[in-house]
Amino acid sequence: MQQVVAGLASGSIYASLALALVLIHRATGVINFAQGEMATLSTYIAWSLTTNHGWNYWPAFAVTLVLSFVGGVGIHQGIIRPNEKGSVLRVVIVTIGLLILINGLIVMIWSGEVRAIQSPFPTRTVEIGGVAISIQDIGTIGVVLATVVVLWLLFQYTKIGLAMRAAAVNPAEARLVGVRVTWMLSLGWGLAAVLGAISGMLAAPSLFLDPNLMAALLIYAFAAAVLGGIDSPVGAVVGGLILGVGLNLLGTYVDFVGADLRLPGALLVILVVLLVKPSGLFGHREVKRV
Amino acid sequence: MSAASRRFAPLAAFLALAVVVLVLPSFVSAFRAQQFAYVAIYLVAIIGLNILTGYTGQISLGHGAFMAIGGYTTAILMADHGVKDIWTIPVAALVTGVVGFLFGIPALRLSGLYLALATFAIAVSMPAVIKRFEGFTGGGGGINLFGLPELTASLTPVEVLGQDLVFNDWLYYLCWTIALFGYVIAWLFLGGRTGLALRAVRDSETAAQSSGVSLPRYKTLAFGVSAAYAGVAGSLFAIATTFVNPDTFPVALSILLLVGVVVGGLGSLVGLIAGAIFIQFLPIWSQEVSKSPGAPSVVSGLILIALMFVLPMGVAGLVARLKSLTKR
Amino acid sequence: MTALLALDDVEARYGPVQALRGISLEVAEGQIVAVLGANGAGKTTTLRSISGTVRRSGTITFAGKPLRGGPEAVARAGIAHVPEGRGTFTELSVVENLKLGAYVRRDRELRADIDRISEWFPWITQRAHQPAGTLSGGEQQMLAVARALMSRPRLLMLDEPSLGLAPMIVREIFRIVRELNQRDGLTVLVVEQDARIALDTASTAYVLEVGRVAVEGPSEELRENESVRRSYLGY
Repeated sequence: MQQVVAGLASGSIYASLALALVLIHRATGVINFAQGEMATLSTYIAWSLTTNHGWNYWPAFAVTLVLSFVGGVGIHQGIIRPNEKGSVLRVVIVTIGLLILINGLIVMIWSGEVRAIQSPFPTRTVEIGGVAISIQDIGTIGVVLATVVVLWLLFQYTKIGLAMRAAAVNPAEARLVGVRVTWMLSLGWGLAAVLGAISGMLAAPSLFLDPNLMAALLIYAFAAAVLGGIDSPVGAVVGGLILGVGLNLLGTYVDFVGADLRLPGALLVILVVLLVKPSGLFGHREVKRV
Repeated sequence: MSAASRRFAPLAAFLALAVVVLVLPSFVSAFRAQQFAYVAIYLVAIIGLNILTGYTGQISLGHGAFMAIGGYTTAILMADHGVKDIWTIPVAALVTGVVGFLFGIPALRLSGLYLALATFAIAVSMPAVIKRFEGFTGGGGGINLFGLPELTASLTPVEVLGQDLVFNDWLYYLCWTIALFGYVIAWLFLGGRTGLALRAVRDSETAAQSSGVSLPRYKTLAFGVSAAYAGVAGSLFAIATTFVNPDTFPVALSILLLVGVVVGGLGSLVGLIAGAIFIQFLPIWSQEVSKSPGAPSVVSGLILIALMFVLPMGVAGLVARLKSLTKR
Repeated sequence: MTALLALDDVEARYGPVQALRGISLEVAEGQIVAVLGANGAGKTTTLRSISGTVRRSGTITFAGKPLRGGPEAVARAGIAHVPEGRGTFTELSVVENLKLGAYVRRDRELRADIDRISEWFPWITQRAHQPAGTLSGGEQQMLAVARALMSRPRLLMLDEPSLGLAPMIVREIFRIVRELNQRDGLTVLVVEQDARIALDTASTAYVLEVGRVAVEGPSEELRENESVRRSYLGY
């Protein structure tokens, strides 16, 4: 039971980053390879605010989210948008360049040392039904859950959420009704950056903060997104949770897998899903237009 | 440009390249020559990747893994079976080609980014897989080729065409001979009906199909050929570094190869030299700008992004634009 | 009567292909104007150049001001464009489609308008939350028109509303257009292949041929003129 909760906690971290990937893929049709690095950068900013400038955790959290949002919008407007007209590959290379750039930037500003970052949640455990469950795990799940709910409300019940959905499924038509499609896409990037930041800040306390914090996490996020269906936000969340619990249980109870093979396990998931049902659990088949 | 000169222009350019390659070592330091040998190796790899991505539009972020297969094939044959290094190269090509072809079959079901993800997953997991099969691959410790008698010119200079070549020179000429050879083969392969079919597949699969082009055949063929090229490159890489271990072919390599193809210009053979040079020298140039920690990456990243703005169609695009200017 | 919309020598191209070679036309307020012609004559391109979906040169004046910019700006100026193929958001629900139609409005009377429109199309209330893609072709076309009306446009542009629809449904759609025009004074610019029904509905028509206006005039005249009918309108 404890492992399930722990699995759900890591799963929600994967889910958050996977959701970011899905958001961007739905909006602009590309995989943002730099998503992980952007999240790491956000986490460093949060760390810097709390450690170097003595801020309290939650204000720093909030400010980091705002900065990440602005950063995401800025990156889309400045770097991605001019390249959108070209081939997909061009944008992929740009995101790869961004990955390299941000990684280097982090090392330049903060050096490559491993640092410890505090967790907003106490590290005690709590007894529920006779099982000791970490409060941190519960807190992690809670934060991600809250974020997902807020996003869902945004997309389903607000005018701007509707506009964003319209821009993603049918940009040409959206323009005809007056939606500023390009800004909607930038908003998507901004939100994705926020999700990534949340993911990073939740992961950092246990994984320690170093420039490569998100590299492995990015792969888990890919696996979760593919499992859930790369265009399905619901799928990303569900996929992340399943992956988190699944990998955790496998790692604990199946000896031969152990802790090392979690990453290849995730990769195996990606491959198997892509081979068997590329559209994942919740995606739908692409209809090829002639 | 008259029709005749248009036909001869590529030939002339090729010959010019061959001449430059031939005389370069006399003009540069031994260290530089070695770097250019690596350029040749990357060139072989990206010619192959170009056939896959530039021509049939199948994105692969996993060609480093194919290089690994080629490299390990060579290493194992040399270290465990006493095969001379040159003879391992065609074997590596064959093995990797078959693997690539077999991978091309399930890959038919994947398009665009899904394929990119799948190949990315393979590239990431390759080092772990190599470590897992320790008995075969020497695990984390790798396989050492240095000093083996099967490694040509490693101990004593080898005689080629009446000249004595030390290891570095021998390596340089070996790599470039194969690279130029590979160029010619690719050019012939892509020039005729096959090339036309491949390009049709890239531009519109549905249209190609309705014109009678057998998609599965050409797409898997492209995978196989492309992998074979990568296998040869991996093989040469192993010979050049005289050592292989799981980290010799990391994910970064796969990414760099794709970057090289895009920078060179997809779907064209012309710019690939520039792409190969880019792969080899980008890290070096970035370091030259600044050595402080993290700075080279920042520079590399900036250059990469800037290139996509300035040369969206790669170097080949630049060449095409220049050509159209001279036509007027 | 000054024109609500005026095109003056508008040209447009798709890459190397010149689609419009200098179109001039006028739509007066409260009129229904039809643009007719064979396939490839430039009818759709004309609407696209008005809504800013395609690059064009020449002058377009709307409500006395020059009309510039892309589709977003044109929509905000009060022109609603129902494109070829309906352009419904098939993945979104019927109600969401309608709400999107009103995107440029800032008031809060959307609910009242949706109710009003549901009177015209009762099935909207029944299928309000179904994805628009589950509607039939005719229903989607009507939804597209309803969506356009939600923005309370000054000018409604319809691109081949009859495409792919049964004659009965086409007649119904044009009847609704006529009623809206008579009752609410809605100005309409309709592009049509089905010249007959277009001429029955519109007061003025322009016939295009290879990117130019070949014939123009009141619909009655064009209807009576046999040679025009035979050469340009196909009947």
